[in-house]
Amino acid sequence: MTGSFFRSRSAWAIAGLIVLFLFPVFFDRFYVYLTAIILLTGLCATSLNFVLGYGGVFQFHHAVFYGVGAYGTALMILKSGLSPWLGFIVGPVVAAVLGLIIGLICIRLSKLYFGMLQISLGSLVWAIVYRWYSFTGGDDGIHGVPLPDIISSPNGAYYFTLIVTSASMFVLYRMLKSPFGSALQGIRDNPVRSEMIGVNVRLQQLLALTIAGFFGGVAGALFVVVDNTVFPDMMFWTLSMELVIMCLLGGWLSYLGPMVGAAVIVLLRTYVSGITVYWALVLGIIMMLVIFFLPNGVLGYLDRFLKKKARAR
Amino acid sequence: MLEVTSLSKSFDGFKAVNNAGLIVKNGETVAVIGPNGAGKTTLFNLITGVIRPDSGKVLFKGEDITGLKPYQVCRRGISRSFQVVNVFPRLSVFENVQVSVLSRQKKTWNLFTPSSRLAIAETDRILENVGLSDVRDNTSTALSHGERKVLEIAIALGGNPEFLILDEPTAGMSPEETSRCIDLIRQLKEKLGITILFCEHDMEIVFSISDRIMVMVRGSTIIEGTCDEVRCCQEVQDAYLGGSDVCLM
Ligand SMILES: Nc1ncnc2c1ncn2[C@@H]1O[C@H](COP(=O)(O)OP(=O)(O)OP(=O)(O)O)[C@@H](O)[C@H]1O
Ligand SMILES: [Mg+2]
Repeated sequence: MTGSFFRSRSAWAIAGLIVLFLFPVFFDRFYVYLTAIILLTGLCATSLNFVLGYGGVFQFHHAVFYGVGAYGTALMILKSGLSPWLGFIVGPVVAAVLGLIIGLICIRLSKLYFGMLQISLGSLVWAIVYRWYSFTGGDDGIHGVPLPDIISSPNGAYYFTLIVTSASMFVLYRMLKSPFGSALQGIRDNPVRSEMIGVNVRLQQLLALTIAGFFGGVAGALFVVVDNTVFPDMMFWTLSMELVIMCLLGGWLSYLGPMVGAAVIVLLRTYVSGITVYWALVLGIIMMLVIFFLPNGVLGYLDRFLKKKARAR
Repeated sequence: MLEVTSLSKSFDGFKAVNNAGLIVKNGETVAVIGPNGAGKTTLFNLITGVIRPDSGKVLFKGEDITGLKPYQVCRRGISRSFQVVNVFPRLSVFENVQVSVLSRQKKTWNLFTPSSRLAIAETDRILENVGLSDVRDNTSTALSHGERKVLEIAIALGGNPEFLILDEPTAGMSPEETSRCIDLIRQLKEKLGITILFCEHDMEIVFSISDRIMVMVRGSTIIEGTCDEVRCCQEVQDAYLGGSDVCLM
């Protein structure tokens, strides 16, 4: 009885949450900041994997929704004069609407072409944000976004990020386990067969893209809380590639894979880019190693390893 | 129940289906036979909306379903299995059938109820009926070829169809698997009253389970009739078997 509890997912989730809650007690400000960044980046990668790993959609420019969520939140707080909390809703909603619009334009194309068109449309959004000085601050971005008191301290920002990320991760997980999620995974595996059992494949994918956009936007809004800034590079295509690599590296068929991948990449980016300027090269090498040695990612590998061990026993 | 009239489809000028006609009445089991490349699969693809016809009409229960999308055709009550195994490779056997049941129950927009609480009894009943209960939790890639062909049918049954199209259901099966599969098809026909349209190369099977047969050669309907009529037809002997030593009698 107790054995099965300790092996259950919820037990692990609770243990993980307790550790994360206590984290700021033992570590200083920099590590708290870094963990918050990992959490929100992990949420962003998980929202990408919602359509990539579970939906089979080649969402190659997911960073756009991250960036738009952040800008939506920051601009709403700065320019509307309404309650800052409203910004945290408006940002993700704008990202969701954009996810729906880009989805509507791209959905008719098959896999790789979907990804290509999405990169171009996403780059267009990036260019608009980059150039529109008067509204977005152009390449300077926006600094010092005023936040409600309770989340403006480093620890406040951390706990806000932890709570919102956990809640979002829970909601995304429930969605994947719902009939909607079942149909989505069916579409990933075999779109033709899915149509033949009565699933409206495109409509189903459009809703998934909207949801992915929304939670990408939530991650962006959290970045505003943690870092107090937004800048156009948040939606540059290289970040999108990093997000895809996070999914592959952690394991895109495991729910927590992208979170693990995000942790690895964020840590590497923090420590390696201090030493070398060749971050892109490092990324490329990681990508190659993953493709050759860990085709199912870190968690996929662990999962197999544990199953083999269980069978051997 | 199903009425196909002068249906045609060409691929780059090659007439895969040419002016084909077919009638299936409620409760009947009808076989489509014809040599390789005759256009049987293409005909099924046209009926189920996987590809759109160039011309012709498909009526189902008196309604025009020509050119509808596959999911719309399915929602009218037509399910099909595929000649080449076409299942969901990363899902378990159970999930393969469950997703089909969920789709029929119009639950695919439900975002928050766990699937693990839905459509369980019905999915298990289908697996029981087709004899896949033992491998319920395997992934479909772990199945033998014969089992995968049965899973094909099970997924189609998840749609609780009035009309079932089977594209070479026993192809590649061992003799025991074949006879079990034929029993299954008989059961579907007799116990559940499902109207069945199928194609098959094994003449013994064709003559043993069909009420009527349609012979297709080079995309066109040669003859449509009862087993005896087809057996005796000289045209079929010439066109379909021309020179081969297979004996229809
Ligand atoms: N999508 C396609 N594009 C081009 N040609 C096609 C396509 N689908 C089928 N064909 C051609 O149409 C013809 C009929 O094919 P079809 O698969 O319908 O035959 P079949 O009667 O099912 O044969 P078999 O008994 O081998 O399954 C074949 O010559 C095939 O090459
Ligand atoms: Mg065929």
